[in-house]
Amino acid sequence: MSEVIHTDHHDDHDHGPDKGLARWLFTTNHKDIGTLYLWFSFLMFLIGGVMALVIRTELFQPGLQFVQPEFFNQMTTNHGLIMVFGAIMPAFVGLANWLVPMQVGAPDMALPRMNNLSFWILPFAFSMMISTLFMEGGGPNFGWTFYAPLSTTYAPDSVTFFIFAVHMMGASSIMGSINIIATILNMRAPGMTLMKMPLFIWTWLITAYLLIAVMPVLAGAVTMMLFDIHFGTSFFNAAGGGDPVMFQHIFWFFGHPEVYIMILPAFGVVSHIIPAFSRKPLFGYDSMVYAVASIAFLSFIVWAHHMFTVGMPLAGQLFFMYATMLIAIPTGVKVFNWTATMWRGSMSFETPMLFAVAFVVLFTIGGFSGLMLAITPADYQYHDTYFVVAHFHYVLVPGALFSIIAAVYFWFPKWTGKMYNETLGKLHFWLSFIGVNVTFFPQHFSGLAGMPRRIPDYALQFADFNMVSSVGAFIFGFSQLFFLYVIIHGIRSGTPAAARAWEGAKGLEWTIPSPAPYHSFTHPPVVRDEEVRG
Amino acid sequence: MEKGVRRTIRQTVLIVLGMCLFVVALVPLYDLFCEITGLNGKTGGPYSFDPATSQPDTSRLIKVNFITNTNAGMSWAFWSEKGGIRVHPGELKEVNFFIKNTTDKVMMGQAIPSLVPVSATQYFHKTECFCFNQQILQPGEEMAMPMRFIVDRDLPKNVQSINLSYALFDITDAMGDAVVTGG
Repeated sequence: MSEVIHTDHHDDHDHGPDKGLARWLFTTNHKDIGTLYLWFSFLMFLIGGVMALVIRTELFQPGLQFVQPEFFNQMTTNHGLIMVFGAIMPAFVGLANWLVPMQVGAPDMALPRMNNLSFWILPFAFSMMISTLFMEGGGPNFGWTFYAPLSTTYAPDSVTFFIFAVHMMGASSIMGSINIIATILNMRAPGMTLMKMPLFIWTWLITAYLLIAVMPVLAGAVTMMLFDIHFGTSFFNAAGGGDPVMFQHIFWFFGHPEVYIMILPAFGVVSHIIPAFSRKPLFGYDSMVYAVASIAFLSFIVWAHHMFTVGMPLAGQLFFMYATMLIAIPTGVKVFNWTATMWRGSMSFETPMLFAVAFVVLFTIGGFSGLMLAITPADYQYHDTYFVVAHFHYVLVPGALFSIIAAVYFWFPKWTGKMYNETLGKLHFWLSFIGVNVTFFPQHFSGLAGMPRRIPDYALQFADFNMVSSVGAFIFGFSQLFFLYVIIHGIRSGTPAAARAWEGAKGLEWTIPSPAPYHSFTHPPVVRDEEVRG
Repeated sequence: MEKGVRRTIRQTVLIVLGMCLFVVALVPLYDLFCEITGLNGKTGGPYSFDPATSQPDTSRLIKVNFITNTNAGMSWAFWSEKGGIRVHPGELKEVNFFIKNTTDKVMMGQAIPSLVPVSATQYFHKTECFCFNQQILQPGEEMAMPMRFIVDRDLPKNVQSINLSYALFDITDAMGDAVVTGG
């Protein structure tokens, strides 16, 4: 995406990036790798989206019209796996690759060659995982949470490939996180102390620590599965003295920090965009940092709120209920601070800002349903219903995904040197906003009415909500194809963009030309307070 | 490579390795936690009972209910002689369970107990139970298996009934040669 601009280099062997395929296979440049991650995640997003549309097509009306239940289960499972591990996470890593070096004033990431490996593992891992859908016995069909023994004793033969894909993807995440931490801690421009770092850097620093802490736990869970399946062990097999509930503990010890891994970078993105379009510094910088750290710490001690109905003693249920509700406090601090940033700001509502403001409102709605789920006795009613599905889709779609889209629009001029078409961008926003709410808001109601999750057919009383939801899903899905058009149209025929493409934008990346030079900050910049903390 | 970067790599790799060790340790720690607290409903191993030192507490009667299940795909018949009995804490009782291999193949089964309420798990002692061993049955064979237990005198006062459930699993494949030789 970035053109080669030959700035005044002293190097006499600077001949720009390679041409053709070799450039992309062997690049160690953080901008190229960021581009690779972002396009990869977009492709995975479309694939996962097709799976969602298969689901919503089948659920459009009661009865089984289009797919068999066995295939439907593969769709729900792979939709989840691909969106979580193939779309959201790599997209945030792509944003990190593009932005972390530029925002801290570094020439590249700390370990550029390992960076290349981290990316290229992913197409292999996901080709393997998606190919299982075409294998004998079918692909993974046990939900993205792959509880044992459904995923061990009763799994299709392809489960071993699924396990290897998870190992590979985990290795990629761990290496990427080490790279990000090493870059942020060691390569900041002089004068950029920790409490002067941009919020996106803070959120990614903390997210990277979460990743290196919990990815090994996921690796442990799938390795234990591998042993139960192939080597006669009984980690999760009751007959051999094992415990299926232990799987859930191990999985969710990873799984809960994982969902915060998927939202903290979103908080960082929004903390850049809202001040830019309010033409005001971010309100409460220090408390924003402490809030993210608190959320990350608390994320380790709430995992069993995914397991309230598993037979836990009262003391355990109470602890996890109180700890979970506690997370709402630092999160609330952030929502109030974004609001306070806008208060009395000089505001304009270009596309990135539309997505960012929608994030604040709709993520908060997702947070409210989360609070409802946190109340243990109430959760006995909501657990494994569409109420849960509505909750996590609100925090992930108009939450994490909207922040990624906002980031793409916001930094588009920096990456490509062009401005996208603002009218088209706004149209994409409104279609997405309407689509996402029509899809997921009714799911709160079908969940409260008792519709279970992960079912291909349902009782008649849920029909109306499901029909509305399916219509919304198609609106939202086709809007994202429109997004692809907006991007490509912008790359090809957008008007040239200035270095500071948005007048209110602050940060070191806005001090260098648009598009950013292939090698930027080869010499450390001078860090001015107004530029970083604003 | 710069010294600071090297140090960060060392620290982060140590964190990764530490978390790998943590998840490995998690399995025995989980088992230990369950053993100490009885939270997983498992009633533990054989209990040695000294009749001289145990006096039944005649002031309390505890209803003990027995539930038998076969795991999906396990076709043996499995039942208990009684649905439930009343016992005094401290009193040794015996109940018979029956299994029958209704197939035409030699098979091996394993019964796994589960007890509720979990606050009673630590106070339910079995001196003899078929769940301590695997059972091999020839085709058509039926077996009576006694289970002897004592409810501890210190059973919390608020527990008036206990449900003991057994799930019977087919472990023929896992045991291989042992099934054929019957040993």
